[in-house]
Amino acid sequence: MNLEEYKGVYVFAQQVDNELSSIAFELLGKAKELAAPLNTEVTAVLIGSDVKGLVDQLAEYGADKVIVVDDPELKEYRTEPYAHALASVINEYKPEIVLVGATAIGRDLGPRVSARVATGLTADCTVLEIGDFPLNAIPGQEQKHNQLLMTRPAFGGNTIATIACPDNRPQMATVRPGVMQKINPIAGAKAEVIEYNPGFTPDNKYVEILDIVKELSDTVDIMDAKILVSGGRGVGSAENFKMLQDLADVIGGTVSCSRAVVDNGWLPKELQVGQTGKTVRPNVYFAIGISGAIQHTAGMEESDIIIAINKDDSAPIFDVADYGIVGDLNKIVPKLTEELKKVVK
Amino acid sequence: MKIVVCIKQVPDTKGGVKFNPDGTLDRGAMLAIMNPDDKAGLEAALRIKDDMGKDNVEVTVLTMGLPKAEEVLREALAMGADKGILVTDRVLGGADTWATSTTIAGALRNIDYDLIITGRQAIDGDTAQVGPQISEHLDLPVISYAKNIKVEGDSVIVERQFDDRYHVLKAKMPCLITALSELNEPRYMTPGGIFDAYEKEITVWGRADLKDVDDSNLGLKGSPTKIAKASDKVKKGAGEVVTPDSPDDAVSYIMGKLKEKHVI
Repeated sequence: MNLEEYKGVYVFAQQVDNELSSIAFELLGKAKELAAPLNTEVTAVLIGSDVKGLVDQLAEYGADKVIVVDDPELKEYRTEPYAHALASVINEYKPEIVLVGATAIGRDLGPRVSARVATGLTADCTVLEIGDFPLNAIPGQEQKHNQLLMTRPAFGGNTIATIACPDNRPQMATVRPGVMQKINPIAGAKAEVIEYNPGFTPDNKYVEILDIVKELSDTVDIMDAKILVSGGRGVGSAENFKMLQDLADVIGGTVSCSRAVVDNGWLPKELQVGQTGKTVRPNVYFAIGISGAIQHTAGMEESDIIIAINKDDSAPIFDVADYGIVGDLNKIVPKLTEELKKVVK
Repeated sequence: MKIVVCIKQVPDTKGGVKFNPDGTLDRGAMLAIMNPDDKAGLEAALRIKDDMGKDNVEVTVLTMGLPKAEEVLREALAMGADKGILVTDRVLGGADTWATSTTIAGALRNIDYDLIITGRQAIDGDTAQVGPQISEHLDLPVISYAKNIKVEGDSVIVERQFDDRYHVLKAKMPCLITALSELNEPRYMTPGGIFDAYEKEITVWGRADLKDVDDSNLGLKGSPTKIAKASDKVKKGAGEVVTPDSPDDAVSYIMGKLKEKHVI
């Protein structure tokens, strides 16, 4: 493998129902940052059926080039034709970096493609930067420059690892949604468009879609929520969760809960945060009436901002909270909702 | 019908985290359990066996790990699996997902299977990569994130979860499925099962038993991804805790912080 042949930062521009996902723009924003020190361009890879209309949007968010793979076989996401499309683009155009969103689609596509093009893949990255590997020069070992350094939490957030892929190309990462910043769109920006079709011949690896069931927004995955309004035993009853739902509604958040709430039958298990529930990393996590046992905090302590309300000033939740309020949630939460209604349209 | 379930022994997150000098996890030093998504995959296989009749389905569990990973194979046998295979060899240590999937694919090439089930992801690495990568090495169709699995003739029908929808997918066997822990509630081991588990044979394979695998793709050396740095998570400094005089004060405090942080 001649590493020098590989140039450019590529982004898998995920679309669903011919609408670009937010992660596509987030990745373009990060790709632009990475491309600068490498003196290279940002290329979006747009895969789907009848998707050419999305090209300008990608240009406005930072793509210098867009490679469009457009084929009727690509109408709905399926692992094989999408993996074939992206792997073929990589083999044809030889990018040095390929970024894919760590979405339900990207976490399926990424590993399949990385195995096909025989390179490494780092999952769920939260920080990407260009640097040296090894980080510090080691006598007798070549220090490579301009490497993609990929940082990710592992072990339920207990550890942080920075990973490089020094000897294989492309360097591939899936990137957690909601972490990277989009650029302010540049109105009227245009990208160079390249149409590429490697040919799609259905074989046993093409699974058949029998049905597509779209789920209502009230089953939103708490792992994707930007704001979580999470309640614990202290909320007191299933009925009292209405109060948290009202707060969530006004601030554009989603309700989640601790294990005690699920054990009491107040909310379903898919809303549970923690070691035996889901690990979440929203921008804002309201911990309301949650004492904060380690099994709970393991699932939420990576949140950007944690605001805890609890009447017990010795509750361990205050050890992980950025802002802790000792007080009666029954009085504070409804008032907070009222105040927010005034400022949020 | 032959089903192989790939399982992994993972450190229990309650046990604390320890590292080797090279930055990889020191698995030997931590408490170990069967990875939850894998256990759901095993349960799914056992339910297929229950449905189709125990003489019609053979469930093999396969793991790669340290010799002590035999423990999770015994647990799986006690739950009702028929055979266990342990892939263990010093040269396989320190593998990333590429080298791990290459190894497991090399082991699977020795076995007949109609269906391979893996967990979606392991709680230590959280990558969700090994299942799809195995399917690629073996040139099989893959359905990941399965929340329901049914066998129909020579095919499987699977509900595949996405962010805002699920697809009902049909794949011809042989194929590979990755299972979500939401799929089911795994059964417990039975006393009889535990007794039987120690009667059942566990096959142990090393490097020499892997089929069509190149040394350059194995272990730490064969891993394209290299750890530049690993550390315990830096604990956030303690935040501030206030005891406001009134609910109104509490609300204005929270509103102030939300504005300061540009949440509103």
